[in-house]
Amino acid sequence: MSLHQLLSKYQASGVETCFHDRHINPQIYAGLNGQNWGLQDYIARGGYQALRTVLGLNGAAALTQDEVIAIVKESGLRGRGGAGFPTGLKWSFMPRQFFGQKYLVCNSDEGEPGTCKDRDILEFNPHIVIEGMAIAAYAMGIRLGYNYIHGEIFKTYERFEAALEEARAAGFLGDNIQGSNFSFQLHAAHGFGAYICGEETALLESLEGKKGQPRFKPPFPASYGAYGKPTTINNTETFAAVPWIIRNGGAAYLACGKPNNGGTKIFSVSGDVERPGNYEIPMGTPFSTLLELAGGVRGGRALKAVIPGGSSAPVLPAAIMMDTTMDYDAIAKAGSMLGSGAVIVMDDTRCMVKSLQRLSAFYMHESCGQCTPCREGTGWLSRMVDRIETGQGRPADMDLLDNVAENIMGRTICALGDAAAMPVRGMLKHFRPEFEHHIKYKTCMVSSYV
Amino acid sequence: MNTTHAHAVVEAAELSEATQQRFAREVAKYPADQKQSAVIACLSILQEENGHVSAAQEKAVAQYLDMPVMAVHEVFTFYNMFNLKPVGRFKINVCTNLPCQLRAGQQTLEYVCKKLDVEVGGTTADGLFTVQPGECMGACADAPVLLVNDRHMCSFMSTDKIDQMIDELRQSGAQP
Repeated sequence: MSLHQLLSKYQASGVETCFHDRHINPQIYAGLNGQNWGLQDYIARGGYQALRTVLGLNGAAALTQDEVIAIVKESGLRGRGGAGFPTGLKWSFMPRQFFGQKYLVCNSDEGEPGTCKDRDILEFNPHIVIEGMAIAAYAMGIRLGYNYIHGEIFKTYERFEAALEEARAAGFLGDNIQGSNFSFQLHAAHGFGAYICGEETALLESLEGKKGQPRFKPPFPASYGAYGKPTTINNTETFAAVPWIIRNGGAAYLACGKPNNGGTKIFSVSGDVERPGNYEIPMGTPFSTLLELAGGVRGGRALKAVIPGGSSAPVLPAAIMMDTTMDYDAIAKAGSMLGSGAVIVMDDTRCMVKSLQRLSAFYMHESCGQCTPCREGTGWLSRMVDRIETGQGRPADMDLLDNVAENIMGRTICALGDAAAMPVRGMLKHFRPEFEHHIKYKTCMVSSYV
Repeated sequence: MNTTHAHAVVEAAELSEATQQRFAREVAKYPADQKQSAVIACLSILQEENGHVSAAQEKAVAQYLDMPVMAVHEVFTFYNMFNLKPVGRFKINVCTNLPCQLRAGQQTLEYVCKKLDVEVGGTTADGLFTVQPGECMGACADAPVLLVNDRHMCSFMSTDKIDQMIDELRQSGAQP
């Protein structure tokens, strides 16, 4: 028996994954059951119709590149990987007339702690990403693309490769797609365990077969990307949103969410809830609704805090979270960021010092070592939080923590430095007494079971 | 002998026909003058086939992809999932990042270690199991999760499931 056969029964399945009925008006996860990931089922769900429309194969004239970009702009779609940058605007930066190769890259290096949404898209609805990428490639005049997939989810990578084969065989990828004069080649690549490669320029370095160390920006990838050529990089979920937008129009997508925050968003809810999992809901849905979908706080305990956008986002206390809605603007107003949509829930038994200890160790481990403030600073942060947690903290550590965090922020090539500093500052802002208690009494303020 | 020194003195390993075919499939994805792009994939193929990658194999990859052996080594030592030293027949990485830790990730790591009687990072005396902590694997809603031999994600790993899995792995690994 192969290792795969032996271990396949331990894979998540059924309602453990995204096949549950607790989404609200889903678009990307709609109608999935784990068996229907293939091409014929995707077509039966209306798949590849958007691409055919764009190419002028559904009776009407082909859309121009400008028309496609205008629809995406109108939709209010913003980058689902973390930064929330308007997708249509990003596409418009691409020098379409550039003579020579241009690249389209999908960032599926999903490693932001708390995030597991792209895995389910790629595994259970891979063609929606292929179709979204083909439409994007058309809009920007790109003929070659790569999907860079997180190294730890190898089965997902294999699934995506299988979907690519299907799409090629059916003429949805390759030369003269569906008989049109549009050609687009798409391949999958995988990482091998480096959080930093989720940063777009580190990803490009990795794709080129190098260490994943971020590049200075500018120049931005739109002018100097993969192999030094103009490149557009979007997140998996961003591409997956595109077919629906083309089929239904930009205005309809925008109307699904709220102004400036169009469409649905997939939230990966983890930690202290009854039903951790991926939930696709309209932008602007109250956090309290999302928490209900996830079965509420585990064991009926009280909510203490939430990290609303992946581990790099500042933590927010329960009262603020219960008062906010889940969209870019509302979470920013509440003092954090929507990030990748990873919602890490913590109940009232959690020690914030111990939680931060784990995160700070992670950032120290994943710093690529290129910039001194990050390489040294993440070590300082980790060691200080460590000693506070283990009862060795000094009163001066409180200010020193803040000082080190402040000195990392904005002083590094990429955002990993900020990502290490922001959780520290968020914790100190909202849960300072717990840190002081640890230093003074050398013990936890809460009956932690972390 | 340290690895960098080893590169200077070892002969490049022979790559089997089957391995070269797998390499060729990866290289074909990239522009003709960018073969180096396949380096992570090629090293991971060798790791899958051999458990780890030797200096002689790194050199073979360098020759195959027409790149300096030190550039291969730079990649090999940068990415966390590469085994710089031989590991047990089954490498088990247990995620202990915060979302997993909130759902017993750390206890799961300790349980696996205790069950196999190894330290974190250690290999069992019979050479069957290596246990390591892991960083975020992108399966946070399935915690506790662990990864076996880089490619097999196991979700919701209760102690019962771990017991069963280890028994099964031990049986399959004990067979010739």
